[in-house]
Order: sequence, then C-alpha cells, then structure tokens
Amino acid sequence: MMKIPAIAFFCGAVFATGLAVSGMTQPMKVVGFLDVGGAWDPSLAFVMAAALGVYAIAWQISQRLTRPIVASAFDAPKNRIIDRRLLSGAVLFGIGWGIAGFCPGPALVSLGSFSGTAVLFSAAMLTGMFAFTLIQRRFDK
Amino acid sequence: MSLAEFDIANFVPQMIGGALIGLAAASLLLLNGRILGVSGIVGGMLTRGQSRADFLWRWFFLLGMFAAGVVLAQIMPTAFGVAPFQVGTSTGSTAMLVVAGLLVGFGTRLGSGCTSGHGVCGMARGAPRSIVATLVFMGFGIATVTAIRLVMVSGT
Repeated sequence: MMKIPAIAFFCGAVFATGLAVSGMTQPMKVVGFLDVGGAWDPSLAFVMAAALGVYAIAWQISQRLTRPIVASAFDAPKNRIIDRRLLSGAVLFGIGWGIAGFCPGPALVSLGSFSGTAVLFSAAMLTGMFAFTLIQRRFDK
Repeated sequence: MSLAEFDIANFVPQMIGGALIGLAAASLLLLNGRILGVSGIVGGMLTRGQSRADFLWRWFFLLGMFAAGVVLAQIMPTAFGVAPFQVGTSTGSTAMLVVAGLLVGFGTRLGSGCTSGHGVCGMARGAPRSIVATLVFMGFGIATVTAIRLVMVSGT
C-alpha cells in the first residue's frame, strides 16, 4: 500500500512550499513578527489566519466522516489535560524560537538550501528531540 | 507600520502561503487521518516500537518537505533568508544557534507540538491544550526577541 506514503510526500511538499511562499523560512522575518514592541512586522499573522481558516473547514468535514478517505482510521490526539509538561515544553520552544527565528517545519525545509545555519540548527533540534526520547519514559506514566 | 500604510495587497504571499499550509494539513487529515505536526512526525520516527507503515509515511512526509526545499531554494532563493544568529559569524553566534536548536527540539517534544501541530491544527479544532501551548510559546517568543533587542541596544 504505497498510497499513504505517496500522499504524505505530496503533503510534505505542499506544506514546504507554503512555508517558503509565506516568509516562514526567513528567520529575520519571524523575529520581526515576534518583535511586537520594536519594528513589528505583522505580516506573518496572515499566514496563521489563512492556514487556520482552511484547516478549520477540513476539521469540520472530518467530523462528519467515520474514517479518512484513504487510511483506515483517524489518529486524533485524546489528551485534554493542560499539565506542567505541556507548559514547560511551550516555554522552552518559545525561547528557542525567539533566539533563532526557526521553528521545526521551516528549519527542515531550509535544509534544502544547504545553508550552514539551517544545517546546524536542524542538527541541534534533532539532537534535542532525540534527547527527549531518551528520557521520555519518565513522562509516560 | 501606520494604519495609512496598511494595504491588504502587501499580505497576498502570506495568505497564499498560509492557505497552502492549511491545504497540506487538510489533505493529510482527510486522506490519511493524520495531524500535520512536524515535531510529532519527526518524534514518532525517533520513538521505538513504531510499525513499519507508521515509520514509512513519516519518512515520506519529511522527504517531501526536503525535496520541495531543494527545488524552492533553486527557483526562489530569496525565500531562504538569514537568521539573527548565523553560523560562523562568531563563536557566540554559533553557540546561540545550537542552544536555540536544542531548546526547540526538546521543547516541542516535551510540549507535544510546535507551530504546525498546536499553532495550526490544534488551534483550528479549538483544542484547549493547543490554544494554551500556542499562547505560551508565542508569549515566550515575544519576550525572548524583546530581551535580545534590549541587550543588543544597550551593548552598542
């Protein structure tokens, strides 16, 4: 069944194109968006608004389906608890995002430009993700 | 930017790009039943005990991202801009980049999501966890950028 990986490849490519077209792969622009008290550049708010609008429709459609069109079941997150783990993770991510202007998606797309900055950031990011995997059992009760 | 300069036409690339991001996430949901969250997709590959099929779609998604990145870097190189801390500019700059990468990687796994998973997919379905996470990482992103700007200004 190669349909599912083929769709995933296509979605990854469209997602990457959206990030590049929107300006998310320009870390200085991301920093400008977060610099609300300085030379604020609000343009990236439109990226989120457009993405949210399209996805909200898709989410409503998915609620009326018993299963996805190709795969056999929806993989919906069931955890609804706002805990310290969620909050501290978001804090650490926010700090890192503010320093570098890269979040995971744009960093991995930028690997395609083979810039040393994107490569080093992504390598450090993957190391951080793997470090979490190593200690993950402490969090999974 | 003053209100007089505000022209919606300036934000057309952002709206097209955002719509493409939404479309990619919508397709992954409606066709494959999966959430487009980059940190979750990568994290699932790093976790043991995944089935072969589960590993395969994640790998292909990332491959699609990378392949598109290679093509995009050729046809629209200006889309890939410089970062506030570039590698090799100074030891401090390189160190900041590594610290930021470690924080983003560890933080998104600890917090079970990043800008795509929480910020787009979770927010659009009104998930309280994602709304809280997005407000927190945006808030700390803003605080960090502000702090760095203030340090830079006082340093010069």
